[in-house]
Amino acid sequence: MTLTPLNTSALPGVTDAVMNPAIRHRPADGFTTITLIIRRFDPETDQEPRWVDYDVDTLPTDRILDALHKIKWEQDGSLTFRRSCAHGVCGSDAMRINGRNRLACKTLVKDLDPTKPIYIEAIKGLPLEKDLVVDMEPFFASFRAVQPFLQSHTAPPEGRERLQSAADRARFDDTTKCILCAACTSSCPVFWTDGQYFGPAAIVNAHRFIFDSRDEEAEVRLDILNDKEGVWRCRTTFNCSEACPRGIQITKAISEVKAATIRRPDRIKIAVA
Amino acid sequence: MVSLRPAPATKRAAAPRLPAGTVYRGHEGMWSWVLHRITGVAIFFFLLVHVLDTALVRVSPQTYNGVIDTYKQPIMGLGELVLVAAIVFHAFNGLRIILIDFWSVGTKHQRAMFWIVIVLWVVLMAGFAPRQLMVIISEVQH
Repeated sequence: MTLTPLNTSALPGVTDAVMNPAIRHRPADGFTTITLIIRRFDPETDQEPRWVDYDVDTLPTDRILDALHKIKWEQDGSLTFRRSCAHGVCGSDAMRINGRNRLACKTLVKDLDPTKPIYIEAIKGLPLEKDLVVDMEPFFASFRAVQPFLQSHTAPPEGRERLQSAADRARFDDTTKCILCAACTSSCPVFWTDGQYFGPAAIVNAHRFIFDSRDEEAEVRLDILNDKEGVWRCRTTFNCSEACPRGIQITKAISEVKAATIRRPDRIKIAVA
Repeated sequence: MVSLRPAPATKRAAAPRLPAGTVYRGHEGMWSWVLHRITGVAIFFFLLVHVLDTALVRVSPQTYNGVIDTYKQPIMGLGELVLVAAIVFHAFNGLRIILIDFWSVGTKHQRAMFWIVIVLWVVLMAGFAPRQLMVIISEVQH
């Protein structure tokens, strides 16, 4: 950490400090200069991605997303990344920060080591489009394939919602938290090499409906996932559970779907018959 | 943009020239899987060779004995040490993976179970490795 001592002879007035961004960003005001090394790729000019380094003055409580914004607004407007809500809800800004998948908007500078360069690159296993932006379509295709919506063949009680006990609701509470940021799926070593694997996020969203007492098509989803490219591709590396910015116990959810797949009553009947 | 900040005293890190991505920094779960895969492939190739050398007994007992005698060389003794190390890890970690999938709280305790696997591996290898090294040394002295 390099902090510059205040030069009192050149101490500017308060107005100057507020008006002049260069003065506002002085390290002496609590700002630290961090180095971000970003893996950039412009499909129009680059054959291969390249690492580019930027120095940014940040507060310890700044998010990595703030640092990316500063680069885009003050140093290089061509830096491309996704972000929408910037508060950990929309799931747009998942990226690999120092080798681990995180949301840039939920990672503070002080949570990393600001004395060392911070490596930022796009999430792995999905086609790289530009800088930190990947093509999310394969990810959403697997999500759609598990039928992530409530399916019931019985009408709800007239004029009322489908009621559910607190215990029944708690059964799938963990997997309702998913924001589809792809931090889990793109942290999975199986997904990196096997483009056919559904990936953790799709299984999490299948789990959310398989274990919902109001849903009646759990069997269909279990059939979809009872495939060599389904839950059985999971090698329990726990990268997904550790990457999830919502703290979902993903490997546990996948294990529960595995167990549900082999302990289905109809399977037992078939085995007996 | 004009910066009032003087250049830092220490040399700042420059971007690496190679475009390759960083290695994903997984925890125990990912590295146990990497070790499981490496030891698994190694054990597969051993079994392949082992089936072939055992099959030589059908060619003739002399051929079989000739091949088995070459296994007494120190290099093969060290190979056996590595083989046992691989099998012991693969076996215990295999039980850990079964528990992760079938024990209701297996996923919760996976990290503790990984370190139990490592401790068991160290204990068993501490028993086996000195004994095997003594055998290798005695073969060399012959």
